[in-house]
Amino acid sequence: MSDAAEIPVASAGGATTDTPTAPVSRSDVLLDVTGLQKHFPIRSGVLLGRQVGAVQAVDGLDFDVRRGETLALVGESGCGKTTTGRLLTRLLEPTAGSIVLGGRDISHLSAGKMRPLRRDIQMIFQDPYSSLNPRHTVGTIVGAPFRLQKVKTEHGVRRAVQDLLELVGLNPEHYNRYPHEFSGGQRQRIGIARTLALRPKLIVADEPVSALDVSIQAQVINLLEDLQDELGLTYVLIAHDLSVVRHASDRVAVMYLGKIVELGGKESVYTTPMHPYTVALLSAVPVPEPSRREQRDRIRLSGEVPSPINPPPACRFHTRCWKAQDVCRTVEPPLAALRPGHQVACHFPESPPAGFRPTAPEAAGATTTD
Amino acid sequence: MTDAGQQPPRRRPAAEPAQRSQPAGSAEPTDWLQPTDLPGTADGPGRVDRAGQGSHRRHHRREAGPLLEDHPGPHAAPPDRFLEVRDLRVRFPTHDGLVRSVDGLSFGLERGRTLGIVGESGSGKSVTSLAIMGLHEKTGAKISGEIWLDGEELLGMSSEEVRQRRGQKMAMIFQDPLSSLHPYYKVGDQIIEAYRIHVDATKKQARKHAIDLLGRVGIPQPAKRVDDYPHQFSGGMRQRAMIAMALSCDPSLLIADEPTTALDVTVQAEILDLIRDLQSEFGSAVIIITHDLGVVAELADTILVMYAGRGAEYGSAEDIFHRPQHPYTWGLLGSMPRLDRTGAERLIPIPGTPPSLIRMPPGCAFHPRCRYEELNGGLSSTEVPAMIEAEPGHQVACHLPVETRRRIWETEIKPQLAGERTEAR
Repeated sequence: MSDAAEIPVASAGGATTDTPTAPVSRSDVLLDVTGLQKHFPIRSGVLLGRQVGAVQAVDGLDFDVRRGETLALVGESGCGKTTTGRLLTRLLEPTAGSIVLGGRDISHLSAGKMRPLRRDIQMIFQDPYSSLNPRHTVGTIVGAPFRLQKVKTEHGVRRAVQDLLELVGLNPEHYNRYPHEFSGGQRQRIGIARTLALRPKLIVADEPVSALDVSIQAQVINLLEDLQDELGLTYVLIAHDLSVVRHASDRVAVMYLGKIVELGGKESVYTTPMHPYTVALLSAVPVPEPSRREQRDRIRLSGEVPSPINPPPACRFHTRCWKAQDVCRTVEPPLAALRPGHQVACHFPESPPAGFRPTAPEAAGATTTD
Repeated sequence: MTDAGQQPPRRRPAAEPAQRSQPAGSAEPTDWLQPTDLPGTADGPGRVDRAGQGSHRRHHRREAGPLLEDHPGPHAAPPDRFLEVRDLRVRFPTHDGLVRSVDGLSFGLERGRTLGIVGESGSGKSVTSLAIMGLHEKTGAKISGEIWLDGEELLGMSSEEVRQRRGQKMAMIFQDPLSSLHPYYKVGDQIIEAYRIHVDATKKQARKHAIDLLGRVGIPQPAKRVDDYPHQFSGGMRQRAMIAMALSCDPSLLIADEPTTALDVTVQAEILDLIRDLQSEFGSAVIIITHDLGVVAELADTILVMYAGRGAEYGSAEDIFHRPQHPYTWGLLGSMPRLDRTGAERLIPIPGTPPSLIRMPPGCAFHPRCRYEELNGGLSSTEVPAMIEAEPGHQVACHLPVETRRRIWETEIKPQLAGERTEAR
């Protein structure tokens, strides 16, 4: 089990409020995603290009994002988290399912109809080197959203850009500088300033700090938190670093091979993970505590992540799961709320709540690993 | 290294016992000394080579000297300073000025031990490892100092002599296995090539050796996979193949430069386990270079924290994590989100950004970002702090008095960090 599970939750105090147990009213939900799918066709043949298969990058996601919260999508490479982010921002066309933003279905809007809505939904990219045009000045880059959306600013674009630069902790006098004159952390701030220009409701941040050094990473994480408090932003945070996610999110969705396997409040997921994959993932994170080196009880997953072209049937994790039984190979476990606000898609969850009846009798003895 | 011609007379090992690089209070106080350095004569910068002889004698003499009061190694034999880097400087002349990537770095490592070098980008960690491997040849780097590996000084050697030792004595694992494996050649052939350069073996023997190694690093069906191309391997398997290649000639020093940074967390855990297992099997010395404090905490016995090309703090893993004394180390610990913290409180970042290596701040390179800089009367901005032993085996390059640093750690930093972390035990 991970070290995380040993931490008493109570000591966290009132500051770490987990998901409210009361049902969420519809008005609190900013983004509602149901059955979201993205299959990339694999074509064969030069002329005809017949479809011979599909990469099932995202295969049926159900989740919502509430106003003012940070929902983290976490998983390993190839799990579909970045594809999900691009679907939410409609940079990709979903194969099936719906995305409802603030009551309006945006899943299949045309580029023209989508354009005015882009004010509400913006993206922060991973690599601050490739996401800023090297030939444009900071002023042009950060001011671009105003021009593209034909937004009138009170004291002109220049003033608005300088305000934004100040907001993200950059010197407003750097308006006329070029991206190469800035360090990685500062570039990421420029990207954030551009994202904030139109005061979006939802920001999809795809690995916003993973290209940054530790000391700079902390600055940017704190900046994102401050901006959220100040401007009431809602974040979808896509990250692979479980430590960053634990620090920066309110709710966490763990993805594996195109599906959400576990979704719940941060404290609940980190202290009592229920899906075996989450347990394995948490146990693999190196903990900066040399004295605990010997006490680590790491779960080694056998094999590799299967190909999303031909994923395993039923539960996709069954090929690597140490608890897998016949039912896992035949029946797909639904994403069900086993605790209030904590959903898991597993037939034999770890630390199941009292009263949980496993699908097969053999699993009755299943408990936590530690 | 062949770039010797571009430099002022290269420092070569002399026949005296190990020397101090600079006398105390010399013009370049950046030197910091290992506790085990024998007292000796000052080494002038233009010392003439007295031939490579005597290296073995040297080695024995050094063994007899006072040894590192480190943890006892896994083996019973008295530890000998297997690797010793003294006053290493690596500079790159550029149009904008001289980039001081490594600026007076010294450290040592015993066989069977793991040293973690931690620092941010541009702190000189990779440049240091490339210098040890003799891979700065065509980069125009100006290198000075001494690198002693198993009784031989590497910087004074010809490139051919270094090449013979590379692979056999020392080997390296790189960060990105996809770009370090050649896409046109089969994985097995790449291992065989490295092996046959150094060992007189038939193709058949070498192939068998390659299969053995692939099996050893945990690649399933190695007899079959040996004929695969790199693109047929997953990221984790490629890194395993890289490790197999590095181990093919049984090197006594293994340098792993960010070996897991490109990998997923579950694969990372497996590779770290593998490096640990292989080390206990081969008994080699390992240097692991990383920006991830979690990774060093998993592997390293001793840790060197680097900042702007210099050593900031050096000590056992326990020293660095439980009794750190350098404000930069405090900053790193405070900046790092941790799984065992609740995450309710804010991170404590280090203000500002790392300095330009061309225009380094005078004095302590960290002073513009240091919160405690004013506590020593402006000394930080004028004098480069030397690496001085604060406790046995624990060295810190900081102008603050030891008591002040201890007090700040105990009364300020530690409670701050503990406030963020619900102590599990």
